[in-house]
Amino acid sequence: MAADVISESSSTKSDFWQGVRLSMPVVVASAPFAVLFGALAVDQGFSVLEAFLMSALIYGGASQMVGIQLFGQHVAPWLIVLSIFAVNFRHVLYSAGIGRRIAHWPVISQALGYFILTDPQFAVAEARAQSGQTVGFAWYLGLGLPVYLFWIVESALGAVFGKLIPDTHALGIDFLLPIYFLGLVMGFRKRPLWLPVVIASGCASIIAYKTVGSPWHVSIGAIAGVLLAVILPPHHSGVEAKR
Amino acid sequence: MSTTFWIIIAGAIATYLTRIGGHLVISRFENIHPRVEAGLNAVPAAVLTTLVAPELLNAGPAEWAALVVTALVSLRGGLMAMFLAGAAVLIMARQFVG
Repeated sequence: MAADVISESSSTKSDFWQGVRLSMPVVVASAPFAVLFGALAVDQGFSVLEAFLMSALIYGGASQMVGIQLFGQHVAPWLIVLSIFAVNFRHVLYSAGIGRRIAHWPVISQALGYFILTDPQFAVAEARAQSGQTVGFAWYLGLGLPVYLFWIVESALGAVFGKLIPDTHALGIDFLLPIYFLGLVMGFRKRPLWLPVVIASGCASIIAYKTVGSPWHVSIGAIAGVLLAVILPPHHSGVEAKR
Repeated sequence: MSTTFWIIIAGAIATYLTRIGGHLVISRFENIHPRVEAGLNAVPAAVLTTLVAPELLNAGPAEWAALVVTALVSLRGGLMAMFLAGAAVLIMARQFVG
């Protein structure tokens, strides 16, 4: 009995460290974005504490960038929250997918597991499940915890560093977010209907920006792109092919 | 409490709902309608595009050069590579055209 307990706790430990090893590439890849987020957040009017809190509580890179960008443009608070929600909406699909892999955990562990369900967390955990291995809580936490801790510490460091930059225009800080967002848009280019959606959203948002004005161009442009994807026959959108 | 603080709290709740909501809601359905799935797939690109497109109206030569280089590098490199390339072009171009 005692031997059982010892062997179980040691295998939990090794599961945890196996997760930590897998987390390292994600930690390295996300570090520049965490620092960048902190520096830009301060430039858009956040305090260091607020930048830290946003990373600790929202923990979603692209949505945090969207939040500070709109905050800097003095967009209505509820619309900032709605935009954060929209950018993070993809997690719904991850959550639906990972749910059956972690259904055997205690409820509290599941609640924590969903909190750290980011894009790479989903990708790595789903890959493990598909290879026939169990997704245990210790392993999942080992994978997610280092990424989370580094993310919030580096955000705070970036914010402290951002306060030290004197001439943000010469360094192009004010235009880094559009460049970053263009990079994210390009990253989705393999998705079905990408080009029509981007063109529809782009045109609609520019027209709305000129007529209705900011911040409505965000919602109007996004709705135009999503509606187009819904209206076009399903065989164009590639979702039928998967059946 | 400041407005910023409340934006962060509400944004955190909204984000957590997306992370747990798929498990609580979507997994109860046997299949998702193809048109709904197509719409969900389009959400990130649609939202992010609206944050770039209007910037084109105010962009000068330096900003245009940066965006073109970012788009070109994205065809080959990862997110950080394209971001750094775009940022480098922007900083250099601004030294000349302000």
